[in-house]
Amino acid sequence: MNPRALNVFGLAAVGVAGLLFLILTPRLAELDVVLELTIYMIMAILALSLALIWGYGGILCFGQSAFFGLGAYTYAIAMFNLGESTVPFLLAIALPAAFAALLGYFIFYGRISDVYLGVITLTVTLIMFNVINSTAGPEFHIGSARLGGFNGIPGIPPLNLPGNKAAKVELEGMFYLSTALLLATYFGLRLLLASRFGRIIVGIRENERRAELLGYDPRAYKLATFTIGAALAGLAGCLFANWGAFVSPTIFGLAQSAQIIIWVIVGGRGTLIGPIVGCIGIQWLSAALGANAPSGSTGWAALLGNVPLILGIILVAFVLLVPKGLVPTVADWARRLVQWRMPEADGDVEAQPVEEGR
Amino acid sequence: MDLSILLAIQVLYAIASLAPISVGLAIIFGMMRVINLAHGEFLMLGGYAAIVATGQGVSIWIAMLVVAPVVVGLIGVVVERTIIRFLYGRMIDTMLATWGLSLFLVGLTTAVFGNTTVGISAPLGSFQIGAYRTSGYTLFVIVVAAVVMAGIFAVLRFTRLGLIARGTMQNADMAAALGVKPSRVYAITFGVGAALSGLAGGVLAPVSGVFPTIGVAYVAKSFITVIGGGAAMVSGTVSASALFGTINQIATFATTPVFGEVALLAAAIVLIRLLPQGITGRFFRRGL
Repeated sequence: MNPRALNVFGLAAVGVAGLLFLILTPRLAELDVVLELTIYMIMAILALSLALIWGYGGILCFGQSAFFGLGAYTYAIAMFNLGESTVPFLLAIALPAAFAALLGYFIFYGRISDVYLGVITLTVTLIMFNVINSTAGPEFHIGSARLGGFNGIPGIPPLNLPGNKAAKVELEGMFYLSTALLLATYFGLRLLLASRFGRIIVGIRENERRAELLGYDPRAYKLATFTIGAALAGLAGCLFANWGAFVSPTIFGLAQSAQIIIWVIVGGRGTLIGPIVGCIGIQWLSAALGANAPSGSTGWAALLGNVPLILGIILVAFVLLVPKGLVPTVADWARRLVQWRMPEADGDVEAQPVEEGR
Repeated sequence: MDLSILLAIQVLYAIASLAPISVGLAIIFGMMRVINLAHGEFLMLGGYAAIVATGQGVSIWIAMLVVAPVVVGLIGVVVERTIIRFLYGRMIDTMLATWGLSLFLVGLTTAVFGNTTVGISAPLGSFQIGAYRTSGYTLFVIVVAAVVMAGIFAVLRFTRLGLIARGTMQNADMAAALGVKPSRVYAITFGVGAALSGLAGGVLAPVSGVFPTIGVAYVAKSFITVIGGGAAMVSGTVSASALFGTINQIATFATTPVFGEVALLAAAIVLIRLLPQGITGRFFRRGL
């Protein structure tokens, strides 16, 4: 099979599997499983946002959780003030995007190098955490929404169908919505990456100077990538605020940022399906480990239930041993197996993404 | 008058608590181009080392000034040999691997010491400035910071070890050709950087107490100090600490500690936009 046919076949497979999953899950699974799967879908959108920025754009953003949190808080605050969800939903996407555009202007047009970019985005995340965390008093409010500081904002009203306040999207509705949005995000990004724009941002990732000499302005393209990624993170944040009807400053936390990066690195940079796999796998693992060790347990159970400890080991192990991530590594094996079985296969090997970050 | 003396001491103290936590990072970053995101956790381990040693009956001075740096320095060497040495030249990967290490250390200390703050009381009582009282320990922290910075400068500038370290940093291949083992220099450098973080952790333990996630509070601050300072390790760290410490303390004085931190971080972002090479990229270029 030539790469193009393989590509189309892969896309179709993902589409069919996604649709089957979307339709069948609520019919077959118990409600608690559906709720759990909903959060996996929401977080997978967040993983895709970093997959675009980092995996394809080559921009290592340590502050993806800042945009996620901003989306969640924007939705919550706008919802308490407006009561109808169409505008809050759009704001939760637009505000993080606008914020990213502003921040990105400073970063990219200042020609700040990759490493400093990581530190700046980390710093911004910490600023947000500190500020929101300190707004516990009743004097901190926006309109009729109290910010709640470290207590967070409870009881956020759910989304409703556009223009109809009574038609709330709840439970299974949230599952359908999140899964559909995840599929839309995935195919949207595939389309974007297959377009001229996508080719150019990958070109810039591979060799910024060369892309610039060919007449493309890397600053503008990076800024656009960064902004799109932030908008997706904001969308995930909005869904997250809906899912638990609660937001707290911990979603700005470094632990959250670390998680997103771990999803992408475990799944594989430079792919879209990888970060989704990594996200769902790690979340499932965290939940399973946590459930295995109720608080107060001792010995090995407590150590295994210590999620940061395990995540730390996973991150170090992947950086040292599987730097490409799961999906590209498995794909490499498969390709080698195919070539070994069919030695006459022509030299039409798909261009491999050069590992970034060197 | 009394108030301005007090404010001056507070500003000096803010600078003095920023410089030692940053200089270990500056050495590791400047010499080895390794971004150590577990730096805050080294600090935390220094704090725990000091507190545990004090609990075992060791004098608090020895616990802070000897035990903490030695323990963390040894941990640093182990980390360099087991993780970092595979990642030289891959800066982003060092960042990710040390972040994993930091999560691991946070998880481990939570499992061992529990998720609570432990502290030791600061020695040295307090003294009077006019109508105000301030703690003598504040002055001690300032003195330690000054001694540490002067010591690093002296070692780098005047000793053979410093010469080898600077030479390896400039051109590792040439240093190797002259008979220096770069791998040993790197291991020692990483250990020294870690030991300095441990020292800072030990000295700051009586001020803030120690808990497993304390590192997060320091790591961003020390990073932006290093980046704000630029290429020169000692003069860069000192000048950036002076700038950011002053901004932090004045904003804290005018509003709340939280907004003091925010002012510090925001100032750092503006500074990096204006001087991407850091302060020593433009000023004190010939500094060390």
